[in-house]
Amino acid sequence: MRRRRALWFWVFVGPFALGLALFTYVPLLWSVGLSFFDAHNTVTPTHFVGLDNYTAMLQDDAFVGSLRTFLVFTAFIVPVTYLLSLSLALMVNRLRRARAFFRSVFFLPAACSYVVAALVWKMSVFNGVRFGLANTVLGWIGQGPVAWLAGTDPPWYWLVIVTVRLWLQAGFYMVLFLAGLQRIDPVLYEAAAVDGARPGWTVLRHITLPQLRATSVGVVLLLVVNAFQAFDEFYNLLSDARGYPPYARPPLVYLYYTALGQGQNLGLGSAGAVILALVIAVVTVGQARWLRLGRTDADG
Amino acid sequence: MTMSRRGVLVAGAGAAGAGLLAGCGSNTGRGGGDAHGTQLSQWYHQYGEAGTEQAVERYAGAYRKARVRVQWRPGNYDQQTAAALLTDSGPDVFEVNGPTLDQIQGGQVVDLTELVKDVEDDFNPAVLAPKTYDGRVWGIPQVVDMQMLYYRKSLLRDAGVEPPDTLDALVDAAGKLTSSKVKGLFLGNDGGAGVLGGTPLYAAGLRLVTEDGKVGFDDPAAARTLGKLHRLYADKSLLLGAPADWSDPSAFTQGLTAMQWSGLWALPQIRKELGDDFGVLPFPGDGGDGRPCVPVGAYGAAVSGRSRHKEAAKEFVRWLWVQRTDYQEDFALSYGFHIPARISLARKAAQLRSGAAADAVRYTTDHGYAQPLLWTPAAQTAYQDALSRIISGGASPEGELRAVVRKAGAELDRVKSTKKVKKAS
Repeated sequence: MRRRRALWFWVFVGPFALGLALFTYVPLLWSVGLSFFDAHNTVTPTHFVGLDNYTAMLQDDAFVGSLRTFLVFTAFIVPVTYLLSLSLALMVNRLRRARAFFRSVFFLPAACSYVVAALVWKMSVFNGVRFGLANTVLGWIGQGPVAWLAGTDPPWYWLVIVTVRLWLQAGFYMVLFLAGLQRIDPVLYEAAAVDGARPGWTVLRHITLPQLRATSVGVVLLLVVNAFQAFDEFYNLLSDARGYPPYARPPLVYLYYTALGQGQNLGLGSAGAVILALVIAVVTVGQARWLRLGRTDADG
Repeated sequence: MTMSRRGVLVAGAGAAGAGLLAGCGSNTGRGGGDAHGTQLSQWYHQYGEAGTEQAVERYAGAYRKARVRVQWRPGNYDQQTAAALLTDSGPDVFEVNGPTLDQIQGGQVVDLTELVKDVEDDFNPAVLAPKTYDGRVWGIPQVVDMQMLYYRKSLLRDAGVEPPDTLDALVDAAGKLTSSKVKGLFLGNDGGAGVLGGTPLYAAGLRLVTEDGKVGFDDPAAARTLGKLHRLYADKSLLLGAPADWSDPSAFTQGLTAMQWSGLWALPQIRKELGDDFGVLPFPGDGGDGRPCVPVGAYGAAVSGRSRHKEAAKEFVRWLWVQRTDYQEDFALSYGFHIPARISLARKAAQLRSGAAADAVRYTTDHGYAQPLLWTPAAQTAYQDALSRIISGGASPEGELRAVVRKAGAELDRVKSTKKVKKAS
């Protein structure tokens, strides 16, 4: 019987474990291996260079600059998305009528492709000519057109990037918060009311937020990882056939050009990828410890 | 026959697994040998001009010594080929905007010198040189492409502006032509950092890499010229954020800009929409040693170092891109608008003998420069980043260029030390 169970275990788990090993772990380990070689235009290099690629990457102003930019971007976008999606969830949760309608309305952008949204933002809403949507609105109040994505002073491109990201993501995290809100026992609110807690800020602070701890930790973790792995909307908003400008360049976009673009320096690209993975791991573990991940809502 | 639920699931998983495995055999178009002889796979990037795909299918179909399957590849072609050349499932013959020096040194492309040895002098030297390394030819130029400055004659006349023949005159003209509705100049949505590349340096009388393989712009003239490009940006004379980028002439034909930097390929569309109301210019020279210049380049036909049929692939390339001059002429002139890479064909072409097209051919011959093979993508990225910071960020050209000279120098040392070309196995 036990052998039979083992057999069935492998029948069901085997194909997925194999896929995971083949398409995730092997490339990952291969990449770590490549990072110690001079691997220009090859995935089977022979020239071992030790830690040279890591030294070069850490001395590369463009790469270190992109890491720095994205630490700042993360510190900004995570709380903003968190607050916006939580606010949406609280509002939708209080609705007596048409709750499903508004839930869908806010969630729908999450179903939109990042590429499509980025192109709509770039070519229609925030294009730099006078008939772009944003520039048309500016025209009504007598302002000249703004080159949203081309200028660095002031860096209007952040407005474009942040708005498209919020539009795409807030609905998804709102649904996570809604699920969390609906798991809170209404008895707690009744008890709080009996104890004289005023509805509003007091209840939010002492009942709702502590009860949402597990959801919040999950949401923040996802947001942080997402922010470091930013690629799609940045690439589609700012790149052109000739490359990517030196500002608002996520580490992944830089590595993409180094390793997979014309550069084809797979050793250097892999070293950058390992450094980026370590940064994400350190931030995530640190954050999980700080937020005491694994504790349940009830422990809060 | 009855089947338990588990049985059904297992059967389903098995079928799905088999499907997945079958899916692993990707359709690369590359076949082995069969009863019909050798099969070759040939890759092209997606040309925008109607009829090109059918034309290359026709050429491939006319070849008798092997079956050639054409793959027309939309999307980021350079990156697709770069990735495919790392595997055995890439093309046998492919067109390439290069090959790059790393591809040559890495043995990813095959030596094609013997194919052109009798007709080498008939290829435009400006585009054959960047495909030559160590005295060997690694790609056969297909057509010559070039970029130049288009200007709207009527708008310049109305503003009392002469077609600019120096960089200072270009900066002034762009300023005078700018109004609330029309911008003076369009150099791409990034302000020119991407498309101009080394052009302003050549206009200043410098070059990216010197004959003896050193950085060619370690000179105060470089900073002076690049600083003038920032003036265009600071004066708000540049069109930025247009729906279509520099390679598409829409911004120019729709009247969003009075002058635009674009490619020769845009000429037929511009002529169709504006008639004779436009002229073309090279990028104007700057300073005492300055000279006008236009960048030229060529997609070339190359043979993959991992092809299983290298000799057959070379034979096909010889047939199409060396012997069949009728197809070469058709490819260059019947669909888009390019200059044939063969000098004898370019001389014959009636379409290139008058008007703006004749000017373009003259600029190519007199002022054309091609990006040198030693100028690597890493050096290009560093330079382009710096140019972007100078143009739109207002960074100090001297400081930025110092860093680029250092980086480009290191890259040149690297590629010069990797002298050996790996034998393609």
